[in-house]
Amino acid sequence: MELIFEKSRPGRRAVVFDPLDVPEATLPPALCREEPAALPEVGELDVVRHFSRLSQRNFGIDTHFYPLGSCTMKYNPKMAEAVAAHPGFLALHPHLASAPAMWPLCQGAFELIFELERLLAGIAGMRQVSLQPIAGAHGELTGTLMIAAYHREKGNARDTILIPDSAHGTNPASAAIAGFKVVEVPSLPDGTLDPEAFRKALNESVAGVMMTCPNTHGLFEPRVREIAQMAHETDALMYYDGANLNAIIGECRPGDLGFDVMHFNLHKTFATPHGMGGPGSGPVGVGERLEAFLPGPRVVRDGNAFGLASPPRSIGRISAFFGNFLIAVRAYAYILHLGGDGLRQVAHNAVLNANYVYARLKDLFEPAFDGPFMHECVFSAAPLAKHGVHALDIAKALLDRGFHAPTVYFPLTVKESLMIEPTETESKETLDAFCDAMAEIARLAAREPETLHAAPVTLPVGRLDEVRAARELNCRV
Amino acid sequence: MNFPEGLKYTREHEWIRDDGGDVYTVGITEHAAEQLGDVTYVELPEPGLVLDQGQPAGAVESVKAASDVYAPIGGHVSEINQELERRPELVNTSPYNDGWFFKIAEGNLREFDTLMSSTEYTRFVEDLDE
Repeated sequence: MELIFEKSRPGRRAVVFDPLDVPEATLPPALCREEPAALPEVGELDVVRHFSRLSQRNFGIDTHFYPLGSCTMKYNPKMAEAVAAHPGFLALHPHLASAPAMWPLCQGAFELIFELERLLAGIAGMRQVSLQPIAGAHGELTGTLMIAAYHREKGNARDTILIPDSAHGTNPASAAIAGFKVVEVPSLPDGTLDPEAFRKALNESVAGVMMTCPNTHGLFEPRVREIAQMAHETDALMYYDGANLNAIIGECRPGDLGFDVMHFNLHKTFATPHGMGGPGSGPVGVGERLEAFLPGPRVVRDGNAFGLASPPRSIGRISAFFGNFLIAVRAYAYILHLGGDGLRQVAHNAVLNANYVYARLKDLFEPAFDGPFMHECVFSAAPLAKHGVHALDIAKALLDRGFHAPTVYFPLTVKESLMIEPTETESKETLDAFCDAMAEIARLAAREPETLHAAPVTLPVGRLDEVRAARELNCRV
Repeated sequence: MNFPEGLKYTREHEWIRDDGGDVYTVGITEHAAEQLGDVTYVELPEPGLVLDQGQPAGAVESVKAASDVYAPIGGHVSEINQELERRPELVNTSPYNDGWFFKIAEGNLREFDTLMSSTEYTRFVEDLDE
């Protein structure tokens, strides 16, 4: 397929301007390019066909099974798109919230924010929720900033956050950006947090603990309550990374497990668009200890009307307006559409599907841990290294067979890791087709490894040289 | 796998060599380089930086993973291998020679003596593989 630049023909245009009927202005030479920008010159139909074809070559959840572990690439029901496209939401000007005189014009939006925050708080066992953070890691940063504010106010000199090696990958970066030192806590061989190592790492400098539960090994942390209790005895706060909330929604609430603060990924658990299709949304929830520090302003109810107010010791604004509002609309529609029983069924089916894949693949690939798993299962491709086959070859071979690859080389605790998260919306037939493809790949790995090295062979581009792309990055035409 | 005699090794897979004159050279082991795969980027410490043992002193990235590099012993950074910025692949092709990361001056000899020998590190890596 030609690049759009290769389709360029001098003088070809999609838009023809009217003749100039005002005096021509001259720009200061310092503001002018020395050479014209290298833009493609193409007609409208060229552009439409080019990008339509590109979009058809994409792997997306609407076209392909997408078992990208830890990312929860679940189907986004079209119902929620229709709700978010309602002109009352779509055409709403965000600055209506800027002055109390205009609040009567956006009561519906305020009510939706208020209600969604209330529903999320109920789902997670938190006291309050703020929709402001616009991504999962942004929620982590907001949470760690609140933890810092909590200790600052109490006069606690705390500079460290403890993070298990099985936590979600963004946690250390978020804690570091909030100004903390990060200390990693190792897992036991069974893939769960080592309570003795945790006890040793816990001291008077620890401000908080960031845990993912189930963790990125796909396992529920059986001692999470005990860990929360140990942390609270030293006044360290517990942060829950909601990346894997899909596994427990409706069955188990982070607040009940002892967590003080958390984020939700609306783009994972609540079926809003994800990946390149975003934008993301990472609301934070807090328990009693951090309620006063939530970002502001917040939507509050005053009698029958909604207005805005900031919590007493708010850390302030952490995004423009109220986060990605139209994403919140989709999540609200999704929650109301499924209801409590429906959300619980999501977790059941997500866990069932992951364990079905585990059961079918556990004799073909080496499980990284003993199952059963929660919503995702982790294998190691290390035993195939003797045939010269690596996780990357398996990922590429799956593309040839019409499946998006699972996550590879993460979690870092597992060699040659393959992390498979099927999500709840996949049928048994789809899971079987995926497992059949994996079985075929396992056979080829032993008998004809060279065919896997060549993959992908059916796609518009073959195996990309990722190493060279990283070493010799060149984004210019 | 080659873990040369005469070097000392850490559990985080750095090697360190006593060059004499109170100067030590640091890099990552062949095992670490192989686990990372083709290295695409190396971040080195500022010369003059004072390091405690175990403190992050740089980072190494491949298309698979990114990892911190830690100071095997305390001391201060006296020299860095600037060639790695242009040719990160040296970490894979020559982990113990051209692929060195940085040098530590006035290093803590007592800390140096407690690190693993080649034999001990070989056993350590074998245990990890099980």
